[in-house]
Amino acid sequence: MAIAVALILIVAGSVLFHLASPWWTTPLASNWGSIDGMLQLTLLITGGFFVVLNAFLVWTLLRYRHRERGPNVVRSPGELHAAYRPDNKRLERMLIIGTAVGIAALLAPGLFVYAEYVRPPEGALVMEVLGQQWKWAYRFAGADGRFGGVDPRFVGASNPLGLDPKDAAGVDDLIVPGDEVHVPLGRPVKVLLRSNDVLHDFYVPPFRARMNIVPGTVTSFWFTPTVTGRFEVLCAQLCGVGHYNMRGFVVVDQPAAFDRWLAAQTTFAAVQHLATAVATATPANADPLVARGQALAQSKGCTACHTIDGSTGVGPTWKGLLGKTERFADGSSARLDANALRHDIREPAARVAQGFAPVMPKTELSDAELDALIAYIGAQGGAAASR
Amino acid sequence: MAQTLHADTALAHGAPHAPQSFLTRYVWSQDHKVIAVQYSCIAIFTGMVGLVLSDLMRLQLGFPGVFAFIDAARYYQFVTMHGMIMVIYLLTALFLGGFGNYLIPLMVGARDMVFPYLNMLSVWVFLLAVIVLMASFFAPGGPTGAGWTLYPPQVIMPGTPGHDWGIILMLVSLLIFIVATTMGGLNYVTTVLQLRCQGMTLMRMPLSVWGIFTATILALLAFPALFVSGVMLLLDKTLGSSFFMPAMVSLGQATGYRGGSPLLFQHLFWFFGHPEVYIIALPAFGVVSDLISVHARKAIFGYRMMVWAILAIGVLSVVVWAHHMFVSGMNLYFGFFFATTTLIIAVPTAIKVYNWLLTLWRGDIHLTVPMLFALAFICTFINGGLTGLFLGNVSVDIPLSGSYFVVAHFHMVMAVSPILVVFGGIYHWYPKVSGRMLNDTIGKWHFWITFLGTYAIYFPMHYLGIMGMPRRYYAYDGYQFIPPTAQSLNAFITIAALIVGVGQLLFIANLLWSWFHGAKADPNPWRAASLEWQTPQTPPAHLNWGDELPVVHRWAYAYSVPGAREDFIAQNAPPEDGGDEPEQAAPPRRKERAR
Amino acid sequence: MSTITLTRPARPTVTRSNVGVGLWVFMGVATALFTLFTAAYLMRMASSDWSSIALPWQLGLSTALLVAGSAAMQVAAAAAHRGRWPRARAWLLAGGACAAAFLGAQLWAWQALLEAHVLVSGNPAASFFYLLTAMHGLHVMGGLIAWSVTAHGAWPADRAEPALPRAAHAIGLCARYWHFLLAVWVVLLATLAGATPALVAWVCGPIGALR
Repeated sequence: MAIAVALILIVAGSVLFHLASPWWTTPLASNWGSIDGMLQLTLLITGGFFVVLNAFLVWTLLRYRHRERGPNVVRSPGELHAAYRPDNKRLERMLIIGTAVGIAALLAPGLFVYAEYVRPPEGALVMEVLGQQWKWAYRFAGADGRFGGVDPRFVGASNPLGLDPKDAAGVDDLIVPGDEVHVPLGRPVKVLLRSNDVLHDFYVPPFRARMNIVPGTVTSFWFTPTVTGRFEVLCAQLCGVGHYNMRGFVVVDQPAAFDRWLAAQTTFAAVQHLATAVATATPANADPLVARGQALAQSKGCTACHTIDGSTGVGPTWKGLLGKTERFADGSSARLDANALRHDIREPAARVAQGFAPVMPKTELSDAELDALIAYIGAQGGAAASR
Repeated sequence: MAQTLHADTALAHGAPHAPQSFLTRYVWSQDHKVIAVQYSCIAIFTGMVGLVLSDLMRLQLGFPGVFAFIDAARYYQFVTMHGMIMVIYLLTALFLGGFGNYLIPLMVGARDMVFPYLNMLSVWVFLLAVIVLMASFFAPGGPTGAGWTLYPPQVIMPGTPGHDWGIILMLVSLLIFIVATTMGGLNYVTTVLQLRCQGMTLMRMPLSVWGIFTATILALLAFPALFVSGVMLLLDKTLGSSFFMPAMVSLGQATGYRGGSPLLFQHLFWFFGHPEVYIIALPAFGVVSDLISVHARKAIFGYRMMVWAILAIGVLSVVVWAHHMFVSGMNLYFGFFFATTTLIIAVPTAIKVYNWLLTLWRGDIHLTVPMLFALAFICTFINGGLTGLFLGNVSVDIPLSGSYFVVAHFHMVMAVSPILVVFGGIYHWYPKVSGRMLNDTIGKWHFWITFLGTYAIYFPMHYLGIMGMPRRYYAYDGYQFIPPTAQSLNAFITIAALIVGVGQLLFIANLLWSWFHGAKADPNPWRAASLEWQTPQTPPAHLNWGDELPVVHRWAYAYSVPGAREDFIAQNAPPEDGGDEPEQAAPPRRKERAR
Repeated sequence: MSTITLTRPARPTVTRSNVGVGLWVFMGVATALFTLFTAAYLMRMASSDWSSIALPWQLGLSTALLVAGSAAMQVAAAAAHRGRWPRARAWLLAGGACAAAFLGAQLWAWQALLEAHVLVSGNPAASFFYLLTAMHGLHVMGGLIAWSVTAHGAWPADRAEPALPRAAHAIGLCARYWHFLLAVWVVLLATLAGATPALVAWVCGPIGALR
């Protein structure tokens, strides 16, 4: 009766696995304990059905498996072993009603929780998240309490969020260009989600609440942080090769600390001003190899993690990289000439720059493409570059 | 009563046109049985490719970075091709084109499908679709890597692998496949409606036919949605239209698109995509009902209710699609509606599970290989169906969407359960198709490896999802909330997946070896009552029934009828043998009248 | 050709033929297809960048040709059922010619739009116009293939003889399909000409925005 034994082991094993499993929900850090409660309720009801139905199956197998009668069996043709019970209307009706009641018991509370989810409370702090391939940026409305207009046609190196420079409401918006944003403890946050390129999803597992980001529209969800800490942001809608690497952080601060952090953020106007200053100082790319390298840097997604203006991204900035002596995670250091860069691009896992995560993907590049890329990196300045 | 017939039936290519040469008998055949085997062979071949792709994916997930040739781009290409191959080119083609083609004419007492030439065309068009799909592996840039759901805008933009040629080939292949499915589907539906033999009322058909018939109607109505979205996506890619493409930049470069709606694609895709899972599940439900009935020597419990449940599931499957879109950013109020319809569809599904169990109860359960697979189906389907209740209840779905919980759920309920039925069905009908029995010992080894292995793969996976591990991630390095034990679990799942993958070679070996060397089969080795087992020859000859079509006097489930000589009564046995269906069946005037 | 003796139930006189049922099923599939295309059209209208295009006058011509084709096929079918074969064959040809001319007129409409620089890309209303007319046109082409098989069957080797009863039935099915394509075209044309974002918002408003 191996099958009956197997089913018993599967049911028992599954229940034991559940009870012993170290893999469960991350500790809740928001007000959405009701979602966790619904998860538990669903588990209880479905778990009950799982055990009961499989137990019935096992019992049936044990009781009604085909048995020859004795070692020298001669079954006469008229001896039938199975019963003839093709239906039972009353039983069927009861099963339908019972199942419907169970389903309703699951659905009703779930919809009540959802009804809260669709209505953000009044007075929530509004925060905008911008998802792009493959990093996050954030924006808060400034003193005027209004967000400025945006459009993808305004997106540029100095204006990654695509704000309309002519919109007065956007002048005082606070831009958080890096991957880390702060929110205050205990106050509802309504998160507005935007993208200028593809679909993304802003997912912080301890908050439970999340939503896809759809380019061309603004989506949103809300939550109230209840625990201070630094929480990882994951993108949860496949958005290209860098999807698994699209990291960010949400820091939940005490309200006073949050206010200080917010006050320290730059306004859009200030960012624009800075960008103009930088732009006039940067020469155009006349060399075709460098231009090709620039195109490759964009099409291969390198710019998602490597900046050219000296700011730190997911990976080291390319400004001044060629010829630099870099320190690595294992304590060693080496000078990054063109050959070293070539090696590091081809084998990104071989050594990791100190202070950075080992997340650089391997990219398909021909030798010619690699040369162009190195040329472009070199064009971002560096000590005694050797070509 | 006898009547000579010329044309207007499937017999126009009858006696003097019976296929003579090797080519017309086995290659350009219009015989539904040959076409069924052709469909099945092509589908199983693509399934093997899909299986290898899944093992490659698991190698990366279990042992990240160890296999240098699996970089992020390749990984996403494997994910995408695996998904599309398994859902469309294996499961849909196998259930409709393989099982449907073989079983429908035999089970309803017809000589062939109603449009044999169209039927032949459909399998060759299917092969063309497969060739175009496989060509994308060799195209510049490789196959598309956007996930089987092919969401715009990313699917056709740089940053996603295969955005140049791979996606074009994929979409063209799907459009060709839809043409093939329509050709086949016209046959299956029309044959069931028109070519049932005398006495075969709709309510005397075996549940295998009901399942495939309903699934085919769903396919004919749902695939157009994929066609619509596929054509529009192809135009967005090739001609620069903006059906789905909003104003956007791409990796820093401005694009010319404007005003399109990515959500429009998702609505269209899932309007197809949800019925698609029932196109796979309903034939599985039908076939497993027959397997259980035959091997437990007991009439399926509640046949009428089973038919109604199949129809109800089919109808309801059209109004649940946006449960795949709860966190898509669509109008949030839609969530109330779709959660409700999704949980309602659980009721007829649960009825079916109860009825399978109640069929076994007080039965005479023979633990043959088909029965083992049927039992494993019940266990895994209970599991997979129940986890659907988590995802269908919108508020519970919010943190689980896009996580490994979803991956575990849909594999359990769409991959494991229906594949177990495929195996059970093949072990069950192989003697009919080939005249030989599949090897029982190899069958049992194959069963145990597959059942226990797939459970070991997918049950623990749910917990990774509950923990918040997103799906479609190439690697999880550096995420602090994921403990190292999760990586160990991933490694365990990979080992299990590799074992199950290799174990399928046993099945292929069994199929091939037994075709030539298997024990010669009795014409009705399982002593089944349904019509396909009552053909004059085994394997059935061209035109199936010899000189005279069968006449049916009862339903397909006359097992262990009290007072009967044997524990089954064939559907076409004389009326005086008894075994009538329960009296709630069609009133007497419809049973035996001339049609 | 020799025949097989079958035990087959006699059919009542009002019978549904296999090809007839098959055609109904196919019409169901095509209805689903065009309904979904129309739904997509209406849903895309919700976007702020919608601007209708002026429909070229050639559509009036093509519509008239399609109506004429349907009428011709209907006359052909009626004549064939009554056994009046010369008349049936003539009208059958006319029906096919009208359908072919319809395709020509549609291509002329496309040409007119292209000359006005209305392309597939750049304007969603234009994209949909080309798409919907192309899909409909493909179905008309499929119908012409079936028509040519039917026409072949309506001309037996001895031209003086009446064609087989089966040919009459096939002409009837062609007529049915012609009427179906006319109905689809009328709905598409009405949608292209008459549906506006305001109308869509008024109907779908209660359901809420797509996004």
